[in-house]
Amino acid sequence: MNDDSQPAAVRARSVVKSFGSEDTQVTVLKGIDLDIYLGELLLLVGESGGGKTTLLSAIAGILDIDDGQIDVLGVPLSNLPSSKRTRFRGQTMGFIYQQFNLLPALTAAENVAVPLLIQKIGRAEALRRARVMLNRVGLGDRMEFLPKNLSGGQQQRVAIARALVNEPRLLICDEPTAALDGPNGQKIMKLLREVGRAPDRCVIVVTHDSRIFHFGDRMANLTDGRIVNIEHIPQEGTA
Amino acid sequence: MNYVALKMLFGDRAKYLMLLCGLTFAVMLIVQQGSIFWGLMMWSQANISNLNVPIWVTDPGIAQVDEVKPIASTAVDRVRSVDGVEWAVPLYRGLLRARLANGEYHQITLTGLESATLIGRPAEVLEGRFEDILQPDAVALDQWAVERMGGPTVVTVGTIFELNDKLARVVAIAKTQKSFTNVPVVYTTYERAIRYVPRERRTLSYVLAKARDGVPVADVIQRIRAETGLGAFTEEDFGFKTIMWVLKNTGIGINFGTTILLGFIVGMAIAGQTFYLFTIENLKQFGALKAMGASTFTLARMILLQAFTVGLTGYGVGVGLATAFGFLTARGGNLPFAETWQLLLLVLVALLTICLVSASVSILKLVRLEPAIVFR
Ligand SMILES: Nc1ncnc2c1ncn2[C@@H]1O[C@H](COP(=O)(O)OP(=O)(O)O)[C@@H](O)[C@H]1O
Ligand SMILES: [Mg+2]
Repeated sequence: MNDDSQPAAVRARSVVKSFGSEDTQVTVLKGIDLDIYLGELLLLVGESGGGKTTLLSAIAGILDIDDGQIDVLGVPLSNLPSSKRTRFRGQTMGFIYQQFNLLPALTAAENVAVPLLIQKIGRAEALRRARVMLNRVGLGDRMEFLPKNLSGGQQQRVAIARALVNEPRLLICDEPTAALDGPNGQKIMKLLREVGRAPDRCVIVVTHDSRIFHFGDRMANLTDGRIVNIEHIPQEGTA
Repeated sequence: MNYVALKMLFGDRAKYLMLLCGLTFAVMLIVQQGSIFWGLMMWSQANISNLNVPIWVTDPGIAQVDEVKPIASTAVDRVRSVDGVEWAVPLYRGLLRARLANGEYHQITLTGLESATLIGRPAEVLEGRFEDILQPDAVALDQWAVERMGGPTVVTVGTIFELNDKLARVVAIAKTQKSFTNVPVVYTTYERAIRYVPRERRTLSYVLAKARDGVPVADVIQRIRAETGLGAFTEEDFGFKTIMWVLKNTGIGINFGTTILLGFIVGMAIAGQTFYLFTIENLKQFGALKAMGASTFTLARMILLQAFTVGLTGYGVGVGLATAFGFLTARGGNLPFAETWQLLLLVLVALLTICLVSASVSILKLVRLEPAIVFR
């Protein structure tokens, strides 16, 4: 997938990030170099506490980095003022979390509509598009359910629909299967690959669940604050 | 996003009701206590407001209405001659003992009205005809006098009792605002009043007056003061003077003031605290919205909308409950309860301020919030 002639959707260079101050300081990212391309599903693996979430937050522009440079779709994120970054994020990125993070008071359809509402799209139109998206993730019969009345797998599917509803160029998933059992995890990854992966989109999935490794196109290993290894994952059939 | 904000607010019914209860309780507490306080204050100046005359003239050193400082009887004519005065009449007021047929003694306030006009008479008469006090030995009572002296079986129209060994016959019962001291009021004419009381050098308690239409009351009062050397006050000023005296000299000010202030602080603290906790609990949801690209401005607007929605609802319910309380307990005028728009406005402003403050604190938290918490 990583055709070198194609510009990277995400381009991280020498990214450094520390937490704490003075004597308690921990450097989590010690110089990350990573390119992620449109059309691919990149797995980011590594030991727990290794900084995967930190790197995702930095790529999403919700965490300031100490040094280095991150370009997303050619935009130097780290140079953007925070309000512009927030708007950029709303327009180009979708998020999927381990804990789903649905708004408990909103129905499935309303939850999916939220990113569109944030973009100031009218409620009726936002809900219409949300329903289309929910149909695509197989929840056409659960539109008006509250999150508490959905199973974990169903909630994560709502989250996927929400992440995809405004057609993001970047889909950022942090351990999307960690709160699910094996079969449900497989289903979610299958869905991410089928619905999420697209020629003009890059999908980043953080995981340490080896049972879902085969859903990725490439796998980057984050160890001791650096990307130590990137490997292509052979696909059975056509990818 | 207003829709999302309101859904977040109403969505968790239990949390919303708790929040609403906190605010409602706070508002109810303050409005109820404040109204009782103001009701008491109204009682303390009832002996002014019950007469309903615009200008009171008396000794310049007067501190409050129940402390009578007699003035020379020539004062009536001197006030009448002041430019801009439409009318001026004498008023007698003094404490006396009444002896009932059953042998009981009661302290009463004897009020003597000018016989020609009966200016200062109560607006509402419950029994009999008030004008009948012009008949020989006739007097009128207020309903509190009936109550204090043993109820309608003991005192009613036609009852005869003694004032200083002189006969008094009840011809009417009038309705008045209860007074602070709740001393029964006996109405008679000015001329007869001074015959009931032991001889004193000065018998005139007050001159009641009115400014001519179109003449500013303040000017007339200034002229009365200047030309007669007496003290002259508007009804409102004299009432206020009396209230201040009561506040300073009875401990009601300190006691009730402390209660209200505590109620206010506690109530508002509850209100602020509950709303603050509400947003703190929703912080992760706001973080998720921030990660999805919602601006701080949008989130701030959402929080403000939530704060003011729940604040105004709590205000409405709280005022409603306090009013219902007042209506039920103070219906007959037996308990002090005066809910004024000033109080309601004050509570509204205070509540909205608290909502604004706690919303601002939450917003500040939100500004500092790392949207990265959503990944935790
Ligand atoms: N906001 C923060 N403040 C302080 N330390 C943090 C913060 N976020 C992450 N860390 C620390 O950075 C390290 C990497 O965390 P994280 O990126 O969550 O790891 P992973 O997602 O790979 O498990 C951990 O030691 C964590 O304690
Ligand atoms: Mg993590």
